[in-house]
Amino acid sequence: MKYLKQFGVILTLSFIGEILYRIIPLPIPAGIYGIILLFLALECKVLKLDQVKDVSLFLIEIMPVLFIPSAVGLMTAWGIIKDNWLIYVTITVITTLLVMVVSGWVTQLILRLKKKGGKEDA
Amino acid sequence: MREFLIESVYFGVLLSLAAYSFGLFLKKKLKWAVFNPTLISVGIIIAILVIFNIDYDTYYQGAHYLHYLLTPTTVCLAVPLYQQFELLKKNYVAVLAGIVSGVLTSLGSVLGMCAIFSLSHEEYITFLPKSVTTAIGMSISQEFGGYVSITVTIILITGVLGNLLAEVICRCFRIREKIAVGIAISSASHALGTAKAFEIGEIEGAMSSLSIVISGLLTVGVAGIFANFM
Repeated sequence: MKYLKQFGVILTLSFIGEILYRIIPLPIPAGIYGIILLFLALECKVLKLDQVKDVSLFLIEIMPVLFIPSAVGLMTAWGIIKDNWLIYVTITVITTLLVMVVSGWVTQLILRLKKKGGKEDA
Repeated sequence: MREFLIESVYFGVLLSLAAYSFGLFLKKKLKWAVFNPTLISVGIIIAILVIFNIDYDTYYQGAHYLHYLLTPTTVCLAVPLYQQFELLKKNYVAVLAGIVSGVLTSLGSVLGMCAIFSLSHEEYITFLPKSVTTAIGMSISQEFGGYVSITVTIILITGVLGNLLAEVICRCFRIREKIAVGIAISSASHALGTAKAFEIGEIEGAMSSLSIVISGLLTVGVAGIFANFM
């Protein structure tokens, strides 16, 4: 019953997320509301970690597999992108690398400044 | 045979799992970053579908059960976030600054590149949410008038790219702090990158999944402003 209960909790939060997606007119998908709700429930001790942990870790482990069906959809999108594909690829590669480097550097810079400067904003 | 495959509930899921297992096996054997299990399995599946003349809808008919689990799995990302929250509290300035800079760099660089290549407004919107998680990105593209199907494709390529290049980029650009690695990976390449971050380590993964939530929400807010720029 342990796994059934855990999966039940997670599906309940997904369902509440779906309802919020319907009610609130923002392009925020159900899963994001679900994360916030589960996080708040854990932080506020409404739920104990043991009530969701096993199923959560299983689902996170299989996460890469869950993207496969959408990714295979690439085979149907080729007709649309074939004229400009080189430009599309260029933009995708450059912006991805830029974002990774900038956000990594900014995070690291502040972490190291804080380590050097002591704990004034800890 | 094809009629059977169209009716089969398990064909798409089984093909995905088999291809992914093969991808994992190849990666283990060859130990080379290009052998990303997701990418390999996508390649194998597309090849099989093309060779046996099975169309995408037939495959997706069964494989969508995997897609069905995506929302509950997204919800579960709260668990590692909760487990690592103490670490976040200690470093919230650095984490939030990293995420904000990532979102602004993403939107800004897309704006700049689309202007350079003089793409249309629709194409610009299509690229705008390229670094956020697929579900949010689709909604943003739809909301502001992009080509949703291409947005999904670009988001996936971005994710695979981030997943593949994360380790190399972090090494080349000397991003060494675990927290910075996690934030860098997911700011650039959302949940596909986060899968990689979890392979690297627990802290990297937790920081990465935290960043998906925050950068997703932030992008939803700021994309509305950026949509008017071009």
